[in-house]
Amino acid sequence: MSAAIVTRELGKRYRSRWALRDCDLELPAGAVIALVGPNGAGKTTLLQLLVGLQQPSAGSVSLFGRPEPGGSAQALAQVGYVAQDHPIYRRFRVSELLHLGRSLNPGWDQDLAERRIEELGIPLRQRTGRLSGGQQAQVALALALAKRPKLLILDEPVASLDPLARREFLQVLMATVVDEGLTVLLSSHNVAELERVCDHLVVVADGRVQLAGDVEALLGEHRVLTGPSGGLPDGPGMIHVDRADRHAHIVARIGDAEPMPGWAARPIGLEELVLAYLRQARDPRPVPSELELSK
Amino acid sequence: MFVFQLDSTSGVPPYLQLVHQVRQAITVGYLREGDRLPLIREAVEQLAINPNTVSKAYRQLEHEGLVDPRPGVGTFVARAPDVTVSPAQYAKLRRGLERWLREAEAAGLDDHAIGALLAIVRRDVAEEGAA
Repeated sequence: MSAAIVTRELGKRYRSRWALRDCDLELPAGAVIALVGPNGAGKTTLLQLLVGLQQPSAGSVSLFGRPEPGGSAQALAQVGYVAQDHPIYRRFRVSELLHLGRSLNPGWDQDLAERRIEELGIPLRQRTGRLSGGQQAQVALALALAKRPKLLILDEPVASLDPLARREFLQVLMATVVDEGLTVLLSSHNVAELERVCDHLVVVADGRVQLAGDVEALLGEHRVLTGPSGGLPDGPGMIHVDRADRHAHIVARIGDAEPMPGWAARPIGLEELVLAYLRQARDPRPVPSELELSK
Repeated sequence: MFVFQLDSTSGVPPYLQLVHQVRQAITVGYLREGDRLPLIREAVEQLAINPNTVSKAYRQLEHEGLVDPRPGVGTFVARAPDVTVSPAQYAKLRRGLERWLREAEAAGLDDHAIGALLAIVRRDVAEEGAA
C-alpha cells in the first residue's frame, strides 16, 4: 500500500521546549488513522505541521509522495483540514460559508456540499451560530469534503459532541470513506471514541510517537501477562507493569511466544494497549535487566 | 434489510460479532437463502465502523460457505443450513447451555476441560445414536 503521509525526524520547538520531536511516521493511503494521546502531547502540533499551518524546526513531511506540504499548493489542495471545535464563522449563513469555500478552493464541488447539507436537514439560510454543536461539526465536515480531498485531517472532531451527534458524525465520515476511498487522520484524547472507526493507530505522548501501526497487527503482537510479582521478568518487550502484593499484570510485546513458566497470557484490548504506552511514557522504568520475557 | 448491532463492552472483536450475528440469524431463519446482506456502505453507516471490519466479516462468512459475494451486486446468503430451529427454541437451547457453562465454571473447569468434556459427551451420544 502506498503512503499518504511520511514524516522523517519531524520536530517542532517553541523557544526551548520541543512540542514534538524525532517523529518518524509512514501512514498508508486509504487508512482511517487514530492519533491518540493526552492533552498537550503534541497531537495538534503534528497535525498543523502536516497541513503546513506550522513550519517544522527539524525534519520533513511529505504527502502522497510530494515533499513539504506547506510550500506546495498542489499538495495542500488534496488535504481537507478541520481544526479543533469546528471553527466556522458563526455569523455567516450556511450558504455564505459555501460561497466562501467555492471562492477559495479551485476544486470545489458545490453540488456535493449542498447535497450533504440538505441530507442533514440543515437549512442553507440558517446562521451557523444558531446550529447545534453536532450540526456545526457536520457543516465543517461538509466544507472540508467539498474540496474533494484525498486526505482528511480532523483535530478532535468528536470531543465536544454528545453521544448521538458523535455517532452521526462518525456514520457520515465512514460512509464517505467507502464512497471516496479517502485517507482519514483524526485525533482524540480518548481512544474509546475512535475504536470502531480506526484501522491504524498512532500514540503520542510527551512530544514523541510512542507507538504506531496497524491496529490488528498491534493487538496481535501484545498480550497481558499475569503471574507472581516476585522475580518479575524484565526486557525490551515489557511495556507496563501493574504490581499487586502477590501478583502482577504486565503488558508485553511478545506476539505468540509462550510466556514464562507460571505466567498466563491473554489478548489485549485497544484501550488497554494505549493506556499501557501512555503510562510507560509518563513513568519510564529503570534500565531493563537481561532477564528474558519469554522462554 | 438485515441490521447489525455491536456491543463495544463484550470484548469480542467487532468483525467476529458480525460473523456470529449472521451465523445465528441463518440458524434461526431470520436470514434465508438468497437474502442480501447489507452492502458494506450500508453496514458502515448503520454502525459507524471501519469498512475493513465489514469486509473482513464477509470474507470469513464466505470462507465458511455461508454467503456468496456477487461482485457489483452484493453479498447473499448461500444456503439455509440443513436444520433450522425457531428463535424460541434457539433461545431455550442457549439458556440451557449458559446454565451448564456457569455450573462447569463454578466447579472449576477451565476452557480446555470444558472443551474436552463436550467432545467426549458428543462422541458418546453419537455412539448411542448409532448403536
